[in-house]
Amino acid sequence: MSVLIYAENAGGKFKKSIFEAVSYARAIADQSNTSVTAVSIGNVDATELALLGKYGADKVLNVSGDKLKDFVNQAYASVIAEAAKKEGSAVVVLSNTFSGRGLAPRVGVKLEAGVADGAVALPEQAGGSFKVKKTAFSGKAFATVELTAAIKVIALVPNSYKVVETGGTAQVEDFNVEPKASDFKAMIKEIVRSTDKVSLPDAEIVVSGGRGLKGPENWGMIEELAELLGAATACSKPVSDAGWRPHSEHVGQTGIAVSPNLYIAVGISGAIQHLAGVSSSKVIVVINKDPEAPFFKVADYGIVGDAFEVLPKLIAAVKEYKASA
Amino acid sequence: MKILVCVSNVPDTTTKITFTDNNTQFNTNGVQFILNPYDEIALARAIELTDGGKGTVTVINVGEANTEATIRKALAIGATDAVRINAKPHDAWYVAYQIAQYVKANPFDLILTGRESIDYNGSKVAGMLGELLDLPSVSIIKKLDAGDNEATVEREIEGGKEVLTIPYPFVAGTAEGVAEPKIPNMRGIMSARTKPLAVVEPVDVKTFSEIIGYETPAPRGQVKLVPADDTAKLVELLHAEARVI
Repeated sequence: MSVLIYAENAGGKFKKSIFEAVSYARAIADQSNTSVTAVSIGNVDATELALLGKYGADKVLNVSGDKLKDFVNQAYASVIAEAAKKEGSAVVVLSNTFSGRGLAPRVGVKLEAGVADGAVALPEQAGGSFKVKKTAFSGKAFATVELTAAIKVIALVPNSYKVVETGGTAQVEDFNVEPKASDFKAMIKEIVRSTDKVSLPDAEIVVSGGRGLKGPENWGMIEELAELLGAATACSKPVSDAGWRPHSEHVGQTGIAVSPNLYIAVGISGAIQHLAGVSSSKVIVVINKDPEAPFFKVADYGIVGDAFEVLPKLIAAVKEYKASA
Repeated sequence: MKILVCVSNVPDTTTKITFTDNNTQFNTNGVQFILNPYDEIALARAIELTDGGKGTVTVINVGEANTEATIRKALAIGATDAVRINAKPHDAWYVAYQIAQYVKANPFDLILTGRESIDYNGSKVAGMLGELLDLPSVSIIKKLDAGDNEATVEREIEGGKEVLTIPYPFVAGTAEGVAEPKIPNMRGIMSARTKPLAVVEPVDVKTFSEIIGYETPAPRGQVKLVPADDTAKLVELLHAEARVI
């Protein structure tokens, strides 16, 4: 009956979003007095696997081997479904990452489960009903979904549930599964991971620029501030449409939705589509020379001023703060 | 090449989202519905890939008669023909199941969806279709190059990308970068009126999820303005008050 959590690794390491998902699975297990089993697929070493125990996994099923070392959606979904069957899991948790979003629906169909992706809070369980709050209308609202099937698959949005250290240890065991040959039709040719930058979906702080920056040549300031804060860089739709920045940085209704602890918007007016993508940020700072910019209405802190004057001063102030901290 | 593009009918991106009936129903009053922006990207790429008589593009929608304007828009943009499965799209599973039944009887080389619909943001239909049809699926792609027997796609991952080759047939969810959305021209709009739009009745299937309520994000307090020449004050507030740095 244990709650199963798929512990996705990136190059053999688990990211914070995975520890959040383990903590979340732990809390669900505690609601229903059961245990947590994590399943890891790919080549992850013993030290890293042990970390899953620290955040609440009782057991880790370790699926390794050359065939499964890189992510193949179809094959990984088969492994997760097999692990769920082995454990008799009624709840399967994934992180709502790019890969997790590809896996959740496949695992859901295999297990004839109700699927809630984009989950942002612990499920409410009462009298046999199971309700999950999830994002809807691209961040403009939340929906509560009742999952009515016996098995539930939940994909948890990164940064929406706090990591809790239980200080426990997990028993690690090898789990051998052989997905069928037709699960391996998709072949990975190349994986490119930039290691020097914070990735936007994982970021706790995001520094985002809009048209107010006037051109791609002025992004040095955004990047410098981001680097100082350990933040990811992002942009508004007009900026990525103009080719100043890559599409992968576009935050908003038709781009990516983020939920960092701090979102700093520079030279972005705050069109409704952009606000949709940032509304679940915990703290929003807006820097804009137009005091009427709609973004100020949803901001926690604001500076009315020209980006070209404010940013260098803000960078200097952050440097000073870092030096004194 | 025969391509199927799955499309949904969603509220326009500028819509202010409100609810009725004690926050259990989405308020569609005065809302304009559009072709889901990510599906537009899928459609645009499908049209590029079949341009010059190299194939056909069928759009499919699970929806009631009120989605026909959106389907006609897809035909105006350049789809060859269209299918509407005459049912309320209850959830992703229901939609994927209906489309899978259609595809089992009418096979395609490539099935595209948008990466997600901008109403319920599920990104589930592509994966569910893949599973129901036992085909490879790739959820969020930024690039799609079609070869003779296989396609090369670029998939987004956190902080990077993955390049994959996948033999036909397969299912993919498209994101920005795959193609630029196309605007229908007058000829397209005229011809859309007479292009075939088949209406198919749904099959019975049980569903596994139910939306029971909505809420809007909690409003934020009044913005605290800091003078432009006192950035140190902002840093202090972020550290001591907001506790985010």
